[in-house]
Amino acid sequence: MKFFPELKKSFVIALWFMLLTFPVLVIRVNTIENIVVWRWINLAVIGSAAFVLSFLWQLYWRRKSAAAPVSVAQTSALTRRMSDPKFYRPFLIVIAALTLVFPFVASHYQINIMTTALIYVMLGLGLNIEVGLAGLLDLGYVAFYAVGAYSYALLNYHFGLGFWTLLPVGALLAAFFGILVGFPVLRLRGDYLAIVTLAFAEILRLVLENWNAFSFGPSGISNIPRPGFFGIDLTLEQSAVYMYFLLVALCVLTIFVIHRIQHSRIGRAWVALREDELACQAMGIDKTRAKLAAFALGATWAGMAGVLFAAKTTFINPASFTFLESAMILAIVVLGGMGSIVGVIIAALAIILLPEYLRVLGDYRMILFGAALILMMIFRPRGLITPAGKTYEFRCSGKPAAPEKRLP
Amino acid sequence: MTPLLEVKNLTMAFGGIKALDSVDLHIEPGQIAALIGPNGAGKTTLFNCLTGIYTPTSGDIFLNAPGGKARRLNGLKINAITALGVARTFQNIRLFGGMTVLENVMIGRHPRSSAGILGAIFRPPATRREEQDIVDKSYALLESMGLSESANELASNLPYGAQRRLEIARALATEPRVLLLDEPAAGMNPQETNELEGLLTRLQAAHELSILLIEHDMKLVMNLAENIFVLDYGEEIARGAPQEIRNNPAVIKAYLGEEDDAEAQ
Repeated sequence: MKFFPELKKSFVIALWFMLLTFPVLVIRVNTIENIVVWRWINLAVIGSAAFVLSFLWQLYWRRKSAAAPVSVAQTSALTRRMSDPKFYRPFLIVIAALTLVFPFVASHYQINIMTTALIYVMLGLGLNIEVGLAGLLDLGYVAFYAVGAYSYALLNYHFGLGFWTLLPVGALLAAFFGILVGFPVLRLRGDYLAIVTLAFAEILRLVLENWNAFSFGPSGISNIPRPGFFGIDLTLEQSAVYMYFLLVALCVLTIFVIHRIQHSRIGRAWVALREDELACQAMGIDKTRAKLAAFALGATWAGMAGVLFAAKTTFINPASFTFLESAMILAIVVLGGMGSIVGVIIAALAIILLPEYLRVLGDYRMILFGAALILMMIFRPRGLITPAGKTYEFRCSGKPAAPEKRLP
Repeated sequence: MTPLLEVKNLTMAFGGIKALDSVDLHIEPGQIAALIGPNGAGKTTLFNCLTGIYTPTSGDIFLNAPGGKARRLNGLKINAITALGVARTFQNIRLFGGMTVLENVMIGRHPRSSAGILGAIFRPPATRREEQDIVDKSYALLESMGLSESANELASNLPYGAQRRLEIARALATEPRVLLLDEPAAGMNPQETNELEGLLTRLQAAHELSILLIEHDMKLVMNLAENIFVLDYGEEIARGAPQEIRNNPAVIKAYLGEEDDAEAQ
């Protein structure tokens, strides 16, 4: 029979789904009348739905793999078009125009969401240095975010220093913490590094939660001033717009700086470190310095984002800096495509904005969000945008510069 | 003539096992030497000691720069040793697979360039010149290794022989005085091995290199090396010109086993 393997597999999948959903969807214990209700009809629906869906799914894959053998190394059409100036220039102009117009047409609520999303763009790009470029799996990135936020809140509370003074201070303090974490974990890689950074973030959060004299504990710090605008008092709406533009400007700065570092001697060294630590050292790269630089630079952006977050919400407490935040930022980097700036930006906007705009769906929004993440990982396991290898213009032995060639 | 690389009384012990036992070795400037021995003799361990991956238990490794004073390499970091002019390739190819062929070689320019983070962000003229210089020199190296066609391909997509050559190109980009090659001909067919032989001779002449290679292909070793060191169970059992080594009973015994042993069993 032509479809026998597919049918067999679909049957097994359907059985598996029925087994998995059995406790939740079939058994219902009625505690009032002390009886168990068996909803067999649900089981039948789940079974047949899983069978049909998985059969269609497998047919789709069979036809696809028969149609065109896909090369693994082939970069996606999206990636290729992203690196073509003819394609992205008009695109960029449209985005820039939309960005500028947005706060004047959107509601206060939407501006606020967008500002939050932009903070996550900064965080994602910062973590991208550590995870995407240098390959240091950091699960405690939120710690640096907290350092930035608390340094603004506390230094402002105790010494009355302003936002513009404390923005670089918060960034520097976070960088210092980055180095502080970096030193003990220099020898660690992968999972081990992830665990230690996770522990560091938890320690910091617990200290903030319990050291009342220092951080005011779980009650947090309120009345943090918004950033000043040449001493002019702004209304709530105006300051939201101001905050939005501030973040747009800082995001542009972040993109510029990270793009330049990525395509520099040190950026290449990070990628080499990610690919093969030993070979990287054998090529004369100082592992210690490269790793610490990655930690410090990644933390710097988290620190800045933290200061902005504190200034935006005017209230911070340790509950904002849980592991869930770290996981969220890591999800942004992984979804966007490790090492890809454009990918991380799109992913940050999607991850923060989607749950907000899915609110109309009520309780189902988180299920849909989760399903979207899973589908993303199935269809684009290397992220939205796979970073293309950079091509260089070279001239040598007196010959004219070779024409720039893009990766296929 | 003072040897360029001098290994004196080098011992490397892992717990109770002596992987290297009082090994002496020296390479003259511009010389191609070979290190041979049966599997597990300690050849790669010696390379790892020379390049700082292991810190030797005792003994000395000196690098004598021409006209300069001797530098002791024991205990230096891997990258510091590379910066001093000792580069290597690996037995199991360790390219940066996710980077392009050209980028792989550009990484090798790292110890010979200096741009830092601020340079990367602001790109002053000096940094831009340095960057262009890195690209140009790397591309020139690729041309000399016959790899320029695939400069923009991912390193992991190269055929095996080309990957071995790329490893050599990457090592050469660090401008070494001594090049350590760990089984450069492993997995190559006879034709590729022949080409490699020509290539190494050319390189040695063009860059005034000293080359120390570990190799199991005896034809290649005998054709290339002026001086051969033989290791067995971490001990040096013979050294000398190819002809002497070929007829050395200790070497034959190490490779083929002793007749008495075979009879006793």
